[in-house]
Amino acid sequence: MTSQDLDALYQEIILDHYKNPHHEGLREPFEAEVHHVNPTCGDEVTMRVHLLRDGDEQVVADVSYDAEGCSISQAAASVMTDLVIGKPVSKALGVHETFVTLMQGRGGVEPDEDVLEDAIAFAGVARFPARVKCALLSWMAWKDATSRIVSGAGRTEETEESTEETR
Amino acid sequence: MTVDTQHALPGLLDGLDLVRADFPILSRTLGDGFPLVYLDSANTSQKPQVVIDAMVDHLERHNANVARAMHQLGAESTAGFEGGRDRVAAFLNAPSRDEVVFTKNASEALNLVANTLAWAVGPLAVGEGDEVLVTEMEHHSNLVPWQLLTERTGARLRWFGLTDDGRLDLSNIDELVNERTKVVSLTWVSNMLGTINPVAEIARRAHEVGAIVVVDGAQAVPQMPVDVQALGADVLVFTGHKVTGPTGIGVLWGRRELLEQLPPFLGGGEMISTVSMERSTYAPIPHKFEAGTPPIVEAVGLGAAVDYLSALGMDNVRRHEEAITAYALEGLGSVSGLTILGPQDASLRGGAISFELAGVHPHDVSQVLDSRGIAVRAGHHCAKPAHKRFGVQSSTRMSSYLYTTPAEIDALVEGLDYTKTYFRVD
Repeated sequence: MTSQDLDALYQEIILDHYKNPHHEGLREPFEAEVHHVNPTCGDEVTMRVHLLRDGDEQVVADVSYDAEGCSISQAAASVMTDLVIGKPVSKALGVHETFVTLMQGRGGVEPDEDVLEDAIAFAGVARFPARVKCALLSWMAWKDATSRIVSGAGRTEETEESTEETR
Repeated sequence: MTVDTQHALPGLLDGLDLVRADFPILSRTLGDGFPLVYLDSANTSQKPQVVIDAMVDHLERHNANVARAMHQLGAESTAGFEGGRDRVAAFLNAPSRDEVVFTKNASEALNLVANTLAWAVGPLAVGEGDEVLVTEMEHHSNLVPWQLLTERTGARLRWFGLTDDGRLDLSNIDELVNERTKVVSLTWVSNMLGTINPVAEIARRAHEVGAIVVVDGAQAVPQMPVDVQALGADVLVFTGHKVTGPTGIGVLWGRRELLEQLPPFLGGGEMISTVSMERSTYAPIPHKFEAGTPPIVEAVGLGAAVDYLSALGMDNVRRHEEAITAYALEGLGSVSGLTILGPQDASLRGGAISFELAGVHPHDVSQVLDSRGIAVRAGHHCAKPAHKRFGVQSSTRMSSYLYTTPAEIDALVEGLDYTKTYFRVD
């Protein structure tokens, strides 16, 4: 890896979020709490999701988390909460899908800044397969927790899940 | 990289430049043209040309299956394979070559012992009411097989805890080693903390209560002189790829009486004496434990590797490691925000040094170091319980070997300062 590669991986936005993470900490109320780990490196996240009904739709009212891991996984959690909080679940799931597509594109996917905002900074991470899981950990945890609420699993106790990279 | 004469530390190997020239990979440059600084030898060691050549020569000129081929190549291949066993036996000062069993790796060797103890009948059998004793600093491969054994047999798993400075807490040894203890299995040198454990003393206590002593030598055998007759253990395992040999081969040394009493591990060709449809009888040791075609070229390479180490002299290798480790402890200690896990005295430890750097996660540390050609390991190093004991989720680990120079340690220290700047830490 060259210093140029290094700078592509650690974009300024990522370092900023790592230093000053948004929406950090575990808060009430929440309908689901999940615990995901990355078994290859030991990164962990405990995540709570709170949804509110707004007319016909469910809206992401809050996402709170306690994460331990590298700068990529920490920054990803921070950026993800910025993107999904306040959005209807259906729209947030769409952002999730766009981000996963970017991360699994091996650097070949052009990021859509209108959808991904700060998350476009992770485009460089997609070129480093070893770090893709770091970026996806909290996104997978959020989707898992949200699905549990939507599917009516109700308030779930802490759940151990490994985040698997799906290719 | 040439050896900086200003850094001619006492204890370094004579002719370190020449030793380094034996390892072709060390002349590589990485990234933006940085010379490779390989500080991940506790993970796997690099290979000298003599090992590479021995393996290539075997494949080019002598390749055949062992033992059952009656032709000339079969005889040559068998001689190469069994010659590897002779060399390993000499390297360990084993009383007999028959006590050296080749496995896939150290993990398989430990699983072989744990499984055959589960299947043993008579005095060796481990069952309900029995105890198996390990330590909190084990690599997962010397923990999980014993968890499986005790879960399957109803025996109880117990362990030595650790002191705050990363040594075994032996204060309750009288309680832990008791008449119910059937097996004591411990690492000689910790892969995370670097700690050298008092194996002979613990083995003596274990033998007083009739327990079997299994020693994980994966980190010790590469860097310390080994004499299994003086060690006091019943079993010693290690892996080929950490002693400058190839992957795919591990070694189980065991006392003859023990190996003869243990039942077979895997069934198949080579491990039998005769076979009928109803039952089989088994080959004498070591072949009783070597079912199927063994790692032939790997044994040839391993034989060349231990000969290479013997030619350097394991006392010299240990002195070199100690000198480099002391220099590294000093250099790492000069980096503000850096905390070393494990003993701070080089004479008490091996060449693996795990540390934390405040404000930068180990994966980020290793990624930035990699951009400067420096290879270290980041994570839990397959020792999660030991990390938990010290309240650490993961760490960065540098591990030196016989080819490591003081200038490489300097490069690491500079790289860590650069890492802090990159991540805007103080």
